[in-house]
Amino acid sequence: MPKDSGIGASSKRREDVRFLTGQGNYTDDINIHGQAHVHFLRSDIAHGTINRIDTSAAETMPGVVRIFTGADFEALGGMPCGWQVTDKHGEPMQEPKHPILAHGKVRHVGEPIAAVVADTLEQARDAAEAIVLDIAELPAVVDMKAAVKADAPKVHDDLPSNLCYDWGFVEENKAATDEAFEKAAHVTTLELVNNRLVANPMEPRVAVGEYARGTDEHTLYTTSQNPHVIRLLMGAFVLGIPEHKLRVVAPDVGGGFGTKIFHYQEEAFCTFAAKACNRPVKWTSSRSEAFMSDAHGRDHVTKIELALDADNNFTALRTDTYANMGAYLSTFAPSVPTWLHGTLMAGNYKTPLIYVNVKAVFTNTVPVDAYRGAGRPEATFQLERVIDKAAQELGVDPVALRRQNFITEFPYATPVAVEYDTGDYHATMDKVLELSDRAGFEARRKDSEARGKLRGFGINCFIEACGIAPSNLVGQLGARAGLYESATVRVNATGGLVVMTGSHSHGQGHETSFAQVVADMIGIDENMIEIVHGDTSKTPMGMGTYGSRSIAVGGSAMVRATEKIIAKAKKIASHLLEASEGDIELKDGAFSVAGTDKSVAWGDVTLAAYVPHNYPLEDMEPGLEETAFYDPSNFTYPAGAYTCEVEVDPETGVVSIERFASADDFGNVINPMIVEGQVHGGIAQGIGQALLENCAYDENGQLLTASYMDYTMPRADDLPGMADYIVDHSCQTPCTHNPLGVKGCGEAGAIGSPPTVINAIIDALRSGGHQVDHIDMPATPAKVWAAMQG
Amino acid sequence: MTQVSMTVNGKAASGEVEGRTLLSSFLRENLHLTGTHVGCDTSQCGACVVHVNGEAVKACTILAAEAAGAEVTTIEGMANADGSLSVLQQSFQDHHGLQCGFCTPGMVMSAAALLKENPKPTEAEVRDYLEGNICRCTGYHNIVKAIMAASGQEVAAVAAE
Amino acid sequence: MYNFDVVVPGSVAEAVAALGEEDAQALGGGQTLIPTLKQRLASPSVLVSLSGIAEIKGVCKTDDGQLSVGGGTTHATVAREAAGTFAGLAGLAGHIGDPAVRNRGTIGGSLANNDPSACYPAAALGTGATIITNAREIAADDFFQGMFTTDLEEGEIITEVRFPVPEASSYQKFEQPASRFALVGVFVAKFADGVRVAVTGASNDGVFRWDEAEAALSANFAPEALDGLTVSGDDMINDLHGTGAYRAHLVGVMAKRAVAAAS
Repeated sequence: MPKDSGIGASSKRREDVRFLTGQGNYTDDINIHGQAHVHFLRSDIAHGTINRIDTSAAETMPGVVRIFTGADFEALGGMPCGWQVTDKHGEPMQEPKHPILAHGKVRHVGEPIAAVVADTLEQARDAAEAIVLDIAELPAVVDMKAAVKADAPKVHDDLPSNLCYDWGFVEENKAATDEAFEKAAHVTTLELVNNRLVANPMEPRVAVGEYARGTDEHTLYTTSQNPHVIRLLMGAFVLGIPEHKLRVVAPDVGGGFGTKIFHYQEEAFCTFAAKACNRPVKWTSSRSEAFMSDAHGRDHVTKIELALDADNNFTALRTDTYANMGAYLSTFAPSVPTWLHGTLMAGNYKTPLIYVNVKAVFTNTVPVDAYRGAGRPEATFQLERVIDKAAQELGVDPVALRRQNFITEFPYATPVAVEYDTGDYHATMDKVLELSDRAGFEARRKDSEARGKLRGFGINCFIEACGIAPSNLVGQLGARAGLYESATVRVNATGGLVVMTGSHSHGQGHETSFAQVVADMIGIDENMIEIVHGDTSKTPMGMGTYGSRSIAVGGSAMVRATEKIIAKAKKIASHLLEASEGDIELKDGAFSVAGTDKSVAWGDVTLAAYVPHNYPLEDMEPGLEETAFYDPSNFTYPAGAYTCEVEVDPETGVVSIERFASADDFGNVINPMIVEGQVHGGIAQGIGQALLENCAYDENGQLLTASYMDYTMPRADDLPGMADYIVDHSCQTPCTHNPLGVKGCGEAGAIGSPPTVINAIIDALRSGGHQVDHIDMPATPAKVWAAMQG
Repeated sequence: MTQVSMTVNGKAASGEVEGRTLLSSFLRENLHLTGTHVGCDTSQCGACVVHVNGEAVKACTILAAEAAGAEVTTIEGMANADGSLSVLQQSFQDHHGLQCGFCTPGMVMSAAALLKENPKPTEAEVRDYLEGNICRCTGYHNIVKAIMAASGQEVAAVAAE
Repeated sequence: MYNFDVVVPGSVAEAVAALGEEDAQALGGGQTLIPTLKQRLASPSVLVSLSGIAEIKGVCKTDDGQLSVGGGTTHATVAREAAGTFAGLAGLAGHIGDPAVRNRGTIGGSLANNDPSACYPAAALGTGATIITNAREIAADDFFQGMFTTDLEEGEIITEVRFPVPEASSYQKFEQPASRFALVGVFVAKFADGVRVAVTGASNDGVFRWDEAEAALSANFAPEALDGLTVSGDDMINDLHGTGAYRAHLVGVMAKRAVAAAS
């Protein structure tokens, strides 16, 4: 039976009312009296030496307040990188300086060179056109393999090469892995590209800086997934502002998908300029600007090899990946192809030996960092593609080959340093095959063929590691941040309560689902609970929302804080009821004495906490407010199996998704409606990556896909119809190490769907007699048609 | 600067604008109706869709001066007179047709225009009509469901275990 | 955008006068021009909006049986009002851009811009339409002069387009997936005295007539009449979304589909 409230209920989202009536409060909706606007003059070339920037004419233009260049920021720190990777020789990665405004050189199209602050945005743009630039263009390097050659142009002159790091994982496994390949009965090899993507949250980034001279307090309103992280990075490493003088607010945020995790130059600039100009300074990105200033995602080039024995058991896996960092290291860029990618290479399979090599490379392109899934889609794509290719080479059923190699006993320690706590991969496989009616596929294929279309069936399994943790471990791996989460639960005198969470909602619906958890724990109405997030002046130091961590880590912190509240409330109740604390039970919002009819309502206890007339003041402080910081002991490991059926039009190469089914194991689920919505969104982005989306540069480093005219966003008619699309999360193996037994659901769809689609396309093409082994994403009509031409 | 006047959500509205002022800027900056969002600069994302004289229009691709004298309806004018959600808005909430909410105003305005000209659209017609509205969060599934339901057609109930 | 003045004249005569100002530019529906202005790729001093001119809006049959479409008529209006008389044109108009774009964009604006990926040029050339301006009448065969180039003089306004109504016609568009403009669009029109075939989206020279297909279809108006006919990919647009060879191939596919769908 569906529940109608609390954990497990599809409670309608309370935040929807303001969004549906135009009452949201997004950063661009914030306008402060007296604010000026900044326009960034950005590089239109990919690589060049700045000889001179002449702002003299521009400074005399109407409305100009002040023009800044790189020289204005020389005394300050540059943009910090939050993760240091150690290479296979034990050396730290190459970490270039990352200026707020270009200094000395420009290194990618879109890099800000000068910032014009003026009364209006159009005046700032007018003045920016009057800035005279003398930049000597240098040869650009875009292709990663070309970039690591000895004679390649260097993106950073002060670094030895364009190689950021050469990472081996697990280095100790390398010799044994190589040996296993020599002994293998069969080796399947695949070279592939994981296409560069642009996250494209529908709300472009915005930053508004404000400075109060009287109190020396800075405020930054910004489109961020983690305002506390921005406050720490910007305050401590860039501008030198202590946290108590810096407030960062991320109000309603219109989607993030990773790209709003990072600390960006524009945020630091607006904060700095608000003081320098003594006026609030606002920047609103245009979409065109977003394409060349938001961190991009993915962009890996990989060779993967799978070794099998004579019985088709996986014996070893070896991968060699080039990962594009772009021109600078974005905040968490180094971690994505390493710790978020290499650790996932075991997938759902008991492959005993795995060796992962990753070369991270600087190029004259926009920095690349985490995008929905971050490393895990890249790992899943290569692994699941090579398994499908192996099945095809060996002439075995791809489902059977996967099942034969599934991990079935938990906990399971992989050869890539992680321990899966729980899972049941056969269960999700069984479920998805049932949902997708694989048995009926051949009949549907015949029907397609009768209509002149090729039909293919694709299967895919995946594992992800979410709720990245624990802090002491990630510290050893190079993280320059902790990865706990925080919550303060403040109970008011009349019983309502406010949860101040370090998690941040930018579409996930925390205001609803977090309230469901606390309501369930206390037994009160969800509407008595307010969830507050996104303001460093209100919430305890928290790490924000990414990596499917909110409910697993943030939710756990909230549970811990609520447990403290309940423990104290029980003490108060025991006093009021004159009973032993151990006999007090909390149910449906009332405290009762076990075995009696004596009880006191929640509201009477909370009132007593704040009006402590009848209260054990000698034993306990008044008030009812508790904070908890939760640091997980392990990652969580959501897993699933997805299927897809495509039709390919042999005349045009058009691929259409005819059926899609997902069976996810997210452990326990708080709000099924929200969970399904997250999966729908992830799958749309995954189908987008597989069929539509591609961020392309030409050989000179010019961005070819610089707007929605060329970067294909999935539209409503690109996705499967309601009748042929099922997302299921009924297979549940609860996480064993967090209090809610939850695993996280935000990224699953984006991780699980791309290989599903490509596997289906290959199956379709081969059914038509086309001997195609692989097709790189996105599988556009032009590419599919070309593949069919041989 | 010139003065433009129009009717917005049933009320007279006017303001000083430049020639280049877009209707979206006029609504957001002059009238402080910030529900109309701007998500792109190539007239594709549809976050800014409003109704001008009853027709769906991208407010970022029409000058304020061109809308002079027009009847304009924005997301702020879509709720029932008593402030409660309209059938369409309620359907978006009931079917979880929004996540971050940024594309939502444009989606609702486009959906309202669709249902006005086609009160019982097929699923394919809904998807086709949303060609000019991009959502990055929902994968459209629940948006389509919400619109179908708002038209009085049966759709599968939202997730229930 | 650079700043400019806006005038909204109520008649063609007033609009023509306003366009006489230095650096004045006509604004049709603005669905292409306004995004262009946002990129600061144009800097008119005055934009002369044609949206207030009632005399250039509307769809009607002429005495000689042609379909007359006012230059200021929106795509949505054409899609609605031409459906009964000229389904091929209505179908084309009903798939330009998206619904909100169709409520603003106009036929005159589209033809005057002559974007190589626009749909309307295929209909005008594919039917041998007459483009009527405030000054003269121009045959479609003379009007289109390569991408973004037409026979229009500075300040000349398209007031009307007269389409001969074919016995059967269809426009088949293969969309560029991002912009949803035509990667290749083919308009096929069957008249009593022969067939016309116009191709948009594909060529570096903009919209063109496919003579061989016209000859083959005039002899036998059936998809298989096009078997074996190809266009060269050499002068086709070659970009991220498709090579010249792919576009050339699609011309054949879309032409056949247009013949099959013609009504």
